[in-house]
Amino acid sequence: MFNSKVLTTLNILAPLAMAVLVGLVLFAVPTERVMGDVQRLFYIHVAPAWICFVAFAITAICGIAYLRTNNFRWDKVAVASVEVGLVFTVIATVTGSVWARPAWNTWWTWDPRLTTFTIMALIYVAYLMLRQGLEDPARRARFAAVYGLVGFISVPITFFSIRIWRTIHPAVIGTGSATAQGGFDMTPVMTATLIFAQVAFLLLYFCLLANRLKLGEVAEKVEQRKAALALA
Amino acid sequence: MSEPSSEARIRDGENPQLTHSLQRESAGWQVYFNAVLAILWKDLRAEFRSRELISAMLVFSVLVILIFNFALQLDRVTRENVAAGVLWVTAVFSGTLGLNRSLAAEKDRGSLDGLLMAPIDRSAVYFGKFLGNWLFMMLVQAIILPLFSILYNLPMLQPLVILAVLLGTLGYAGVGTLLASMSVQTRARDVMLPILLLPVAVPVLVAAVQASGGALANQPFSELTIWFSLLLGYDVIFIAVAFMTFDFIVEE
Repeated sequence: MFNSKVLTTLNILAPLAMAVLVGLVLFAVPTERVMGDVQRLFYIHVAPAWICFVAFAITAICGIAYLRTNNFRWDKVAVASVEVGLVFTVIATVTGSVWARPAWNTWWTWDPRLTTFTIMALIYVAYLMLRQGLEDPARRARFAAVYGLVGFISVPITFFSIRIWRTIHPAVIGTGSATAQGGFDMTPVMTATLIFAQVAFLLLYFCLLANRLKLGEVAEKVEQRKAALALA
Repeated sequence: MSEPSSEARIRDGENPQLTHSLQRESAGWQVYFNAVLAILWKDLRAEFRSRELISAMLVFSVLVILIFNFALQLDRVTRENVAAGVLWVTAVFSGTLGLNRSLAAEKDRGSLDGLLMAPIDRSAVYFGKFLGNWLFMMLVQAIILPLFSILYNLPMLQPLVILAVLLGTLGYAGVGTLLASMSVQTRARDVMLPILLLPVAVPVLVAAVQASGGALANQPFSELTIWFSLLLGYDVIFIAVAFMTFDFIVEE
Protein backbone atom coordinates (compact mmCIF):
# COMPACT_ATOMS: atom_id res chain seq x y z
CA MET A 1 0.00 0.00 0.00
CA PHE A 2 2.73 2.43 1.01
CA ASN A 3 6.20 2.07 -0.51
CA SER A 4 9.31 3.12 1.37
CA LYS A 5 9.50 6.56 -0.28
CA VAL A 6 5.96 7.41 0.79
CA LEU A 7 6.77 6.13 4.27
CA THR A 8 9.87 8.32 4.54
CA THR A 9 8.01 11.37 3.25
CA LEU A 10 5.21 10.85 5.78
CA ASN A 11 7.74 10.28 8.57
CA ILE A 12 9.24 13.70 7.83
CA LEU A 13 6.08 15.64 6.98
CA ALA A 14 3.82 14.50 9.82
CA PRO A 15 6.09 15.50 12.78
CA LEU A 16 6.87 18.75 10.95
CA ALA A 17 3.18 19.56 10.52
CA MET A 18 2.50 18.70 14.15
CA ALA A 19 5.33 20.99 15.29
CA VAL A 20 3.98 23.85 13.16
CA LEU A 21 0.51 23.18 14.56
CA VAL A 22 1.75 23.41 18.14
CA GLY A 23 3.48 26.69 17.24
CA LEU A 24 0.31 28.07 15.68
CA VAL A 25 -1.89 26.99 18.59
CA LEU A 26 0.45 28.39 21.25
CA PHE A 27 1.56 31.64 19.58
CA ALA A 28 -0.44 32.57 16.48
CA VAL A 29 -4.11 32.21 17.42
CA PRO A 30 -5.65 34.88 19.65
CA THR A 31 -6.74 33.94 23.17
CA GLU A 32 -10.45 33.31 23.40
CA ARG A 33 -12.15 36.04 25.44
CA VAL A 34 -14.29 33.98 27.83
CA MET A 35 -12.51 30.66 28.22
CA GLY A 36 -8.92 31.91 28.02
CA ASP A 37 -5.94 29.74 27.21
CA VAL A 38 -7.70 26.42 27.74
CA GLN A 39 -9.63 27.07 24.53
CA ARG A 40 -6.37 26.40 22.63
CA LEU A 41 -7.05 22.72 23.25
CA PHE A 42 -9.95 23.07 20.81
CA TYR A 43 -7.63 22.66 17.79
CA ILE A 44 -6.12 19.41 19.00
CA HIS A 45 -9.51 18.13 20.11
CA VAL A 46 -11.68 18.70 17.03
CA ALA A 47 -9.12 17.49 14.48
CA PRO A 48 -8.41 14.05 16.01
CA ALA A 49 -12.14 13.57 16.67
CA TRP A 50 -12.79 13.99 12.95
CA ILE A 51 -9.87 11.80 11.99
CA CYS A 52 -11.48 8.97 14.01
CA PHE A 53 -14.35 8.99 11.54
CA VAL A 54 -11.93 9.02 8.61
CA ALA A 55 -10.06 6.07 10.13
CA PHE A 56 -13.20 4.02 10.77
CA ALA A 57 -14.58 4.90 7.32
CA ILE A 58 -11.37 3.58 5.78
CA THR A 59 -11.82 0.39 7.82
CA ALA A 60 -15.34 -0.06 6.45
CA ILE A 61 -14.23 0.63 2.86
CA CYS A 62 -11.26 -1.75 3.15
CA GLY A 63 -13.65 -4.35 4.59
CA ILE A 64 -15.87 -4.11 1.53
CA ALA A 65 -12.78 -4.26 -0.70
CA TYR A 66 -11.65 -7.41 1.12
CA LEU A 67 -15.03 -9.10 0.77
CA ARG A 68 -14.99 -8.36 -2.96
CA THR A 69 -11.39 -9.32 -3.71
CA ASN A 70 -10.32 -11.72 -0.90
CA ASN A 71 -7.00 -9.87 -0.93
CA PHE A 72 -5.47 -9.87 2.58
CA ARG A 73 -3.81 -6.54 1.95
CA TRP A 74 -7.17 -4.80 2.49
CA ASP A 75 -7.66 -6.62 5.76
CA LYS A 76 -4.28 -5.44 7.02
CA VAL A 77 -5.12 -1.82 6.19
CA ALA A 78 -8.54 -2.22 7.87
CA VAL A 79 -7.13 -3.44 11.18
CA ALA A 80 -4.26 -0.92 11.14
CA SER A 81 -6.79 1.86 10.60
CA VAL A 82 -8.84 0.71 13.61
CA GLU A 83 -5.76 0.71 15.84
CA VAL A 84 -4.70 4.18 14.73
CA GLY A 85 -8.32 5.38 14.97
CA LEU A 86 -8.49 4.23 18.58
CA VAL A 87 -5.35 6.24 19.38
CA PHE A 88 -7.07 9.32 17.97
CA THR A 89 -10.19 8.52 20.00
CA VAL A 90 -8.08 8.58 23.14
CA ILE A 91 -6.48 11.91 22.11
CA ALA A 92 -9.91 13.46 21.45
CA THR A 93 -11.32 12.15 24.74
CA VAL A 94 -8.40 13.28 26.87
CA THR A 95 -8.17 16.77 25.37
CA GLY A 96 -11.95 17.10 25.59
CA SER A 97 -11.89 16.11 29.24
CA VAL A 98 -9.15 18.60 30.09
CA TRP A 99 -11.11 21.33 28.31
CA ALA A 100 -14.39 20.32 29.97
CA ARG A 101 -12.94 20.60 33.49
CA PRO A 102 -12.77 24.44 33.43
CA ALA A 103 -15.52 24.96 30.81
CA TRP A 104 -18.21 22.63 32.21
CA ASN A 105 -16.72 22.25 35.70
CA THR A 106 -16.48 18.49 35.30
CA TRP A 107 -14.12 15.99 33.64
CA TRP A 108 -16.95 13.91 32.33
CA THR A 109 -20.64 14.38 31.88
CA TRP A 110 -23.28 11.98 30.60
CA ASP A 111 -23.87 14.15 27.61
CA PRO A 112 -25.20 12.18 24.61
CA ARG A 113 -22.33 13.28 22.38
CA LEU A 114 -19.71 12.10 24.86
CA THR A 115 -21.56 8.88 25.53
CA THR A 116 -22.01 8.00 21.87
CA PHE A 117 -18.38 8.81 21.09
CA THR A 118 -17.34 6.34 23.78
CA ILE A 119 -19.79 3.75 22.45
CA MET A 120 -18.20 4.19 19.02
CA ALA A 121 -14.79 3.53 20.57
CA LEU A 122 -16.18 0.39 22.23
CA ILE A 123 -17.44 -0.88 18.85
CA TYR A 124 -13.86 -0.84 17.62
CA VAL A 125 -12.50 -2.37 20.82
CA ALA A 126 -15.04 -5.14 20.16
CA TYR A 127 -13.72 -5.29 16.57
CA LEU A 128 -10.22 -6.04 17.87
CA MET A 129 -11.54 -8.58 20.39
CA LEU A 130 -13.49 -10.33 17.65
CA ARG A 131 -10.30 -10.67 15.63
CA GLN A 132 -8.44 -12.13 18.61
CA GLY A 133 -11.11 -14.79 19.03
CA LEU A 134 -10.65 -16.14 15.51
CA GLU A 135 -7.70 -18.23 14.35
CA ASP A 136 -8.38 -18.91 10.68
CA PRO A 137 -7.03 -15.80 8.87
CA ALA A 138 -9.62 -15.89 6.07
CA ARG A 139 -12.52 -16.17 8.49
CA ARG A 140 -11.00 -13.51 10.74
CA ALA A 141 -10.75 -11.11 7.82
CA ARG A 142 -14.31 -11.86 6.64
CA PHE A 143 -15.90 -11.45 10.07
CA ALA A 144 -13.90 -8.31 10.79
CA ALA A 145 -14.96 -6.84 7.44
CA VAL A 146 -18.64 -7.49 8.17
CA TYR A 147 -18.39 -6.15 11.72
CA GLY A 148 -16.44 -3.10 10.56
CA LEU A 149 -19.25 -2.39 8.12
CA VAL A 150 -22.07 -2.96 10.64
CA GLY A 151 -20.24 -0.85 13.22
CA PHE A 152 -19.64 2.00 10.82
CA ILE A 153 -23.28 2.10 9.73
CA SER A 154 -24.35 2.20 13.36
CA VAL A 155 -22.14 5.22 14.15
CA PRO A 156 -24.02 7.87 12.09
CA ILE A 157 -27.39 6.49 13.22
CA THR A 158 -26.25 6.80 16.82
CA PHE A 159 -25.12 10.36 16.21
CA PHE A 160 -28.36 11.20 14.47
CA SER A 161 -30.36 9.68 17.30
CA ILE A 162 -28.63 11.87 19.87
CA ARG A 163 -28.95 14.99 17.74
CA ILE A 164 -32.69 14.79 18.48
CA TRP A 165 -31.80 14.96 22.14
CA ARG A 166 -30.56 18.17 23.64
CA THR A 167 -26.79 18.29 24.03
CA ILE A 168 -24.50 20.64 25.92
CA HIS A 169 -21.62 19.85 23.57
CA PRO A 170 -20.97 22.99 21.48
CA ALA A 171 -21.14 22.77 17.70
CA VAL A 172 -18.80 25.50 16.54
CA ILE A 173 -19.24 24.67 12.88
CA GLY A 174 -22.83 24.64 11.68
CA THR A 175 -25.81 25.29 13.87
CA GLY A 176 -25.25 24.82 17.57
CA SER A 177 -27.73 23.42 20.05
CA ALA A 178 -29.62 26.04 22.08
CA THR A 179 -28.44 24.46 25.33
CA ALA A 180 -24.79 24.20 24.25
CA GLN A 181 -22.27 25.58 26.73
CA GLY A 182 -18.80 26.76 25.73
CA GLY A 183 -19.41 27.70 22.12
CA PHE A 184 -17.74 30.76 20.59
CA ASP A 185 -17.32 32.65 17.34
CA MET A 186 -14.12 32.05 15.43
CA THR A 187 -11.83 34.69 13.98
CA PRO A 188 -10.23 34.01 10.54
CA VAL A 189 -6.93 33.00 12.18
CA MET A 190 -8.77 30.50 14.35
CA THR A 191 -10.53 29.01 11.32
CA ALA A 192 -7.27 28.78 9.40
CA THR A 193 -5.56 27.09 12.34
CA LEU A 194 -8.42 24.61 12.66
CA ILE A 195 -8.14 23.72 8.96
CA PHE A 196 -4.37 23.36 9.32
CA ALA A 197 -4.94 21.14 12.37
CA GLN A 198 -7.15 18.86 10.26
CA VAL A 199 -4.41 18.55 7.63
CA ALA A 200 -1.70 17.98 10.24
CA PHE A 201 -3.67 15.26 12.02
CA LEU A 202 -4.59 13.66 8.69
CA LEU A 203 -0.87 13.49 7.87
CA LEU A 204 -0.21 12.03 11.32
CA TYR A 205 -2.94 9.45 10.71
CA PHE A 206 -1.42 8.33 7.40
CA CYS A 207 2.06 8.35 8.95
CA LEU A 208 0.96 6.07 11.82
CA LEU A 209 -1.03 3.88 9.41
CA ALA A 210 1.97 3.45 7.10
CA ASN A 211 4.26 2.64 10.02
CA ARG A 212 1.74 0.18 11.45
CA LEU A 213 1.56 -1.60 8.09
CA LYS A 214 5.34 -1.67 7.90
CA LEU A 215 5.46 -3.12 11.41
CA GLY A 216 2.99 -5.81 10.35
CA GLU A 217 5.22 -6.72 7.40
CA VAL A 218 8.29 -6.96 9.61
CA ALA A 219 6.43 -9.06 12.20
CA GLU A 220 5.35 -11.42 9.42
CA LYS A 221 8.95 -11.80 8.26
CA VAL A 222 10.06 -12.59 11.82
CA GLU A 223 7.35 -15.25 12.07
CA GLN A 224 8.50 -16.80 8.80
CA ARG A 225 12.15 -16.85 9.94
CA LYS A 226 11.13 -18.42 13.24
CA ALA A 227 9.12 -21.07 11.46
CA ALA A 228 12.08 -21.75 9.16
CA LEU A 229 14.41 -22.07 12.16
CA ALA A 230 12.03 -24.41 13.94
CA LEU A 231 11.94 -26.64 10.90
CA ALA A 232 15.72 -26.66 10.55
CA MET B 1 -31.97 -36.72 23.45
CA SER B 2 -34.93 -37.18 21.12
CA GLU B 3 -34.78 -33.55 20.07
CA PRO B 4 -31.82 -33.48 17.63
CA SER B 5 -33.26 -36.42 15.75
CA SER B 6 -36.61 -34.73 15.47
CA GLU B 7 -34.88 -31.65 14.16
CA ALA B 8 -32.99 -33.77 11.69
CA ARG B 9 -36.20 -35.41 10.53
CA ILE B 10 -37.76 -32.06 9.82
CA ARG B 11 -34.65 -30.85 8.10
CA ASP B 12 -34.39 -33.92 5.94
CA GLY B 13 -37.79 -33.10 4.67
CA GLU B 14 -40.03 -35.76 6.20
CA ASN B 15 -42.79 -33.18 6.08
CA PRO B 16 -44.30 -34.21 2.74
CA GLN B 17 -45.73 -30.79 1.93
CA LEU B 18 -42.34 -29.22 2.42
CA THR B 19 -40.41 -31.72 0.32
CA HIS B 20 -42.89 -31.27 -2.43
CA SER B 21 -42.63 -27.50 -2.49
CA LEU B 22 -38.83 -27.55 -2.22
CA GLN B 23 -38.63 -29.75 -5.28
CA ARG B 24 -40.53 -27.32 -7.45
CA GLU B 25 -37.63 -25.35 -8.84
CA SER B 26 -39.73 -23.16 -11.10
CA ALA B 27 -41.27 -20.89 -8.49
CA GLY B 28 -37.99 -19.54 -7.05
CA TRP B 29 -39.61 -16.98 -4.83
CA GLN B 30 -41.93 -19.54 -3.32
CA VAL B 31 -39.10 -21.98 -2.73
CA TYR B 32 -37.21 -19.27 -0.87
CA PHE B 33 -40.24 -18.38 1.21
CA ASN B 34 -40.92 -22.04 2.03
CA ALA B 35 -37.30 -22.55 3.07
CA VAL B 36 -37.54 -19.60 5.46
CA LEU B 37 -40.77 -20.98 6.89
CA ALA B 38 -39.28 -24.48 7.18
CA ILE B 39 -36.38 -23.18 9.30
CA LEU B 40 -38.72 -21.10 11.41
CA TRP B 41 -41.04 -24.10 11.86
CA LYS B 42 -38.08 -26.29 12.87
CA ASP B 43 -37.05 -23.79 15.55
CA LEU B 44 -40.59 -23.49 16.83
CA ARG B 45 -41.03 -27.26 17.07
CA ALA B 46 -37.69 -27.76 18.78
CA GLU B 47 -38.61 -25.00 21.22
CA PHE B 48 -42.10 -26.38 21.79
CA ARG B 49 -40.58 -29.71 22.78
CA SER B 50 -37.69 -28.54 24.93
CA ARG B 51 -38.95 -25.12 26.09
CA GLU B 52 -35.38 -24.35 27.13
CA LEU B 53 -34.99 -21.04 25.34
CA ILE B 54 -38.18 -19.21 26.23
CA SER B 55 -38.24 -20.42 29.82
CA ALA B 56 -34.64 -19.29 30.34
CA MET B 57 -35.34 -15.88 28.78
CA LEU B 58 -38.50 -15.49 30.82
CA VAL B 59 -37.01 -16.41 34.19
CA PHE B 60 -34.02 -14.18 33.43
CA SER B 61 -36.31 -11.27 32.53
CA VAL B 62 -38.29 -11.58 35.75
CA LEU B 63 -35.04 -11.74 37.71
CA VAL B 64 -33.71 -8.58 36.06
CA ILE B 65 -36.95 -6.71 36.80
CA LEU B 66 -36.82 -7.75 40.46
CA ILE B 67 -33.12 -6.95 40.80
CA PHE B 68 -33.71 -3.51 39.30
CA ASN B 69 -36.28 -2.89 41.99
CA PHE B 70 -33.66 -3.46 44.69
CA ALA B 71 -30.77 -1.86 42.84
CA LEU B 72 -32.57 1.38 42.06
CA GLN B 73 -34.49 1.66 45.35
CA LEU B 74 -37.64 2.40 43.41
CA ASP B 75 -40.36 4.53 44.89
CA ARG B 76 -43.53 5.36 42.97
CA VAL B 77 -42.23 8.43 41.09
CA THR B 78 -38.83 7.02 40.08
CA ARG B 79 -40.51 3.77 39.11
CA GLU B 80 -42.62 5.61 36.56
CA ASN B 81 -39.60 7.49 35.24
CA VAL B 82 -37.36 4.50 34.76
CA ALA B 83 -40.01 1.97 33.64
CA ALA B 84 -39.18 2.21 29.93
CA GLY B 85 -35.46 1.88 30.63
CA VAL B 86 -35.94 -1.16 32.86
CA LEU B 87 -38.22 -2.77 30.30
CA TRP B 88 -35.67 -2.40 27.51
CA VAL B 89 -32.62 -3.41 29.51
CA THR B 90 -34.58 -6.53 30.42
CA ALA B 91 -35.51 -7.16 26.79
CA VAL B 92 -31.97 -6.58 25.55
CA PHE B 93 -30.29 -8.85 28.09
CA SER B 94 -32.78 -11.68 27.75
CA GLY B 95 -32.62 -11.25 23.97
CA THR B 96 -28.84 -11.73 24.05
CA LEU B 97 -29.39 -14.91 26.03
CA GLY B 98 -31.86 -16.25 23.45
CA LEU B 99 -29.78 -15.25 20.43
CA ASN B 100 -26.67 -16.90 21.80
CA ARG B 101 -28.50 -20.13 22.59
CA SER B 102 -30.33 -20.24 19.28
CA LEU B 103 -27.15 -20.11 17.20
CA ALA B 104 -24.95 -22.05 19.64
CA ALA B 105 -27.39 -24.97 19.48
CA GLU B 106 -27.10 -25.07 15.68
CA LYS B 107 -23.32 -24.96 15.90
CA ASP B 108 -22.96 -27.59 18.66
CA ARG B 109 -25.25 -30.14 17.11
CA GLY B 110 -23.66 -29.62 13.73
CA SER B 111 -27.07 -28.79 12.31
CA LEU B 112 -25.79 -25.44 10.97
CA ASP B 113 -23.70 -27.36 8.44
CA GLY B 114 -26.81 -29.27 7.48
CA LEU B 115 -28.74 -26.07 6.95
CA LEU B 116 -25.93 -24.64 4.85
CA MET B 117 -25.77 -27.73 2.67
CA ALA B 118 -29.44 -27.41 1.81
CA PRO B 119 -30.00 -26.32 -1.80
CA ILE B 120 -31.41 -22.95 -0.81
CA ASP B 121 -30.12 -19.40 -0.78
CA ARG B 122 -28.14 -18.90 2.42
CA SER B 123 -29.98 -15.72 3.30
CA ALA B 124 -33.06 -17.95 3.72
CA VAL B 125 -31.21 -19.54 6.66
CA TYR B 126 -30.65 -16.07 8.07
CA PHE B 127 -34.27 -15.03 7.71
CA GLY B 128 -35.51 -18.31 9.21
CA LYS B 129 -33.32 -17.98 12.28
CA PHE B 130 -34.01 -14.25 12.56
CA LEU B 131 -37.79 -14.68 12.43
CA GLY B 132 -37.53 -17.41 15.06
CA ASN B 133 -35.48 -15.20 17.36
CA TRP B 134 -37.83 -12.28 16.83
CA LEU B 135 -40.83 -14.47 17.61
CA PHE B 136 -39.20 -15.77 20.81
CA MET B 137 -38.37 -12.26 21.96
CA MET B 138 -41.94 -11.16 21.29
CA LEU B 139 -43.38 -14.18 23.10
CA VAL B 140 -41.28 -13.32 26.14
CA GLN B 141 -42.45 -9.70 25.92
CA ALA B 142 -46.06 -10.87 25.61
CA ILE B 143 -45.70 -12.39 29.07
CA ILE B 144 -43.41 -9.71 30.52
CA LEU B 145 -45.55 -6.71 29.54
CA PRO B 146 -48.66 -7.71 31.57
CA LEU B 147 -46.43 -8.78 34.46
CA PHE B 148 -44.60 -5.47 34.24
CA SER B 149 -47.93 -3.60 34.27
CA ILE B 150 -48.87 -5.31 37.51
CA LEU B 151 -45.51 -4.99 39.24
CA TYR B 152 -44.92 -1.38 38.23
CA ASN B 153 -48.59 -0.40 38.23
CA LEU B 154 -48.29 1.13 34.76
CA PRO B 155 -50.48 0.66 31.65
CA MET B 156 -47.90 -1.17 29.50
CA LEU B 157 -50.44 -2.84 27.25
CA GLN B 158 -51.20 0.12 25.03
CA PRO B 159 -50.83 0.26 21.24
CA LEU B 160 -47.81 2.59 21.10
CA VAL B 161 -45.81 0.63 23.67
CA ILE B 162 -46.60 -2.59 21.82
CA LEU B 163 -45.57 -0.99 18.51
CA ALA B 164 -42.29 0.13 20.07
CA VAL B 165 -41.71 -3.41 21.36
CA LEU B 166 -42.43 -4.92 17.94
CA LEU B 167 -40.10 -2.55 16.08
CA GLY B 168 -37.39 -2.57 18.75
CA THR B 169 -37.17 -6.36 19.01
CA LEU B 170 -37.29 -6.57 15.18
CA GLY B 171 -34.10 -4.56 14.77
CA TYR B 172 -32.42 -6.17 17.76
CA ALA B 173 -33.13 -9.69 16.53
CA GLY B 174 -32.16 -8.67 12.99
CA VAL B 175 -28.66 -7.45 13.78
CA GLY B 176 -28.40 -9.90 16.71
CA THR B 177 -28.90 -12.97 14.52
CA LEU B 178 -26.10 -11.81 12.21
CA LEU B 179 -23.68 -11.10 15.06
CA ALA B 180 -24.62 -14.27 16.95
CA SER B 181 -23.79 -16.32 13.84
CA MET B 182 -20.40 -14.65 14.06
CA SER B 183 -19.85 -14.94 17.80
CA VAL B 184 -20.64 -18.68 18.02
CA GLN B 185 -17.70 -19.30 15.72
CA THR B 186 -15.21 -17.43 17.92
CA ARG B 187 -13.17 -18.80 20.79
CA ALA B 188 -14.70 -16.94 23.74
CA ARG B 189 -18.15 -17.17 22.22
CA ASP B 190 -20.34 -16.81 25.30
CA VAL B 191 -18.91 -13.43 26.18
CA MET B 192 -18.45 -12.30 22.59
CA LEU B 193 -22.08 -11.69 21.58
CA PRO B 194 -22.99 -8.97 24.12
CA ILE B 195 -19.68 -7.19 23.44
CA LEU B 196 -20.32 -7.19 19.69
CA LEU B 197 -24.04 -6.54 19.81
CA LEU B 198 -24.68 -3.99 22.56
CA PRO B 199 -22.67 -1.05 21.16
CA VAL B 200 -24.11 -1.58 17.68
CA ALA B 201 -27.66 -1.84 19.06
CA VAL B 202 -27.50 1.45 20.95
CA PRO B 203 -29.66 3.40 18.43
CA VAL B 204 -32.43 0.80 18.79
CA LEU B 205 -32.21 1.06 22.54
CA VAL B 206 -32.28 4.87 22.55
CA ALA B 207 -35.23 5.09 20.15
CA ALA B 208 -37.19 2.27 21.79
CA VAL B 209 -36.76 3.69 25.29
CA GLN B 210 -37.77 7.17 24.11
CA ALA B 211 -40.77 5.85 22.16
CA SER B 212 -42.14 3.64 24.91
CA GLY B 213 -41.29 6.15 27.64
CA GLY B 214 -43.13 8.86 25.72
CA ALA B 215 -46.12 6.57 25.21
CA LEU B 216 -46.21 5.80 28.94
CA ALA B 217 -46.13 9.54 29.67
CA ASN B 218 -49.23 9.88 27.45
CA GLN B 219 -47.47 11.87 24.74
CA PRO B 220 -49.39 11.89 21.43
CA PHE B 221 -48.11 9.87 18.48
CA SER B 222 -47.22 13.03 16.56
CA GLU B 223 -44.54 13.86 19.15
CA LEU B 224 -43.10 10.35 19.04
CA THR B 225 -43.07 9.97 15.24
CA ILE B 226 -39.35 10.76 15.08
CA TRP B 227 -38.48 7.88 17.40
CA PHE B 228 -40.71 5.42 15.59
CA SER B 229 -39.24 6.43 12.23
CA LEU B 230 -35.76 6.03 13.69
CA LEU B 231 -36.69 2.51 14.85
CA LEU B 232 -38.13 1.64 11.46
CA GLY B 233 -35.13 3.10 9.62
CA TYR B 234 -32.70 1.14 11.81
CA ASP B 235 -34.67 -2.06 11.26
CA VAL B 236 -34.67 -1.68 7.49
CA ILE B 237 -30.98 -0.72 7.24
CA PHE B 238 -29.66 -3.44 9.49
CA ILE B 239 -31.81 -6.25 8.15
CA ALA B 240 -30.70 -5.24 4.65
CA VAL B 241 -27.02 -5.25 5.69
CA ALA B 242 -27.44 -8.62 7.41
CA PHE B 243 -29.15 -10.02 4.30
CA MET B 244 -26.21 -8.91 2.16
CA THR B 245 -23.40 -10.03 4.46
CA PHE B 246 -24.75 -13.27 5.98
CA ASP B 247 -23.13 -15.31 3.18
CA PHE B 248 -19.67 -14.20 4.32
CA ILE B 249 -20.36 -15.25 7.91
CA VAL B 250 -21.33 -18.84 7.19
CA GLU B 251 -18.90 -19.36 4.30
CA GLU B 252 -16.27 -22.06 4.95
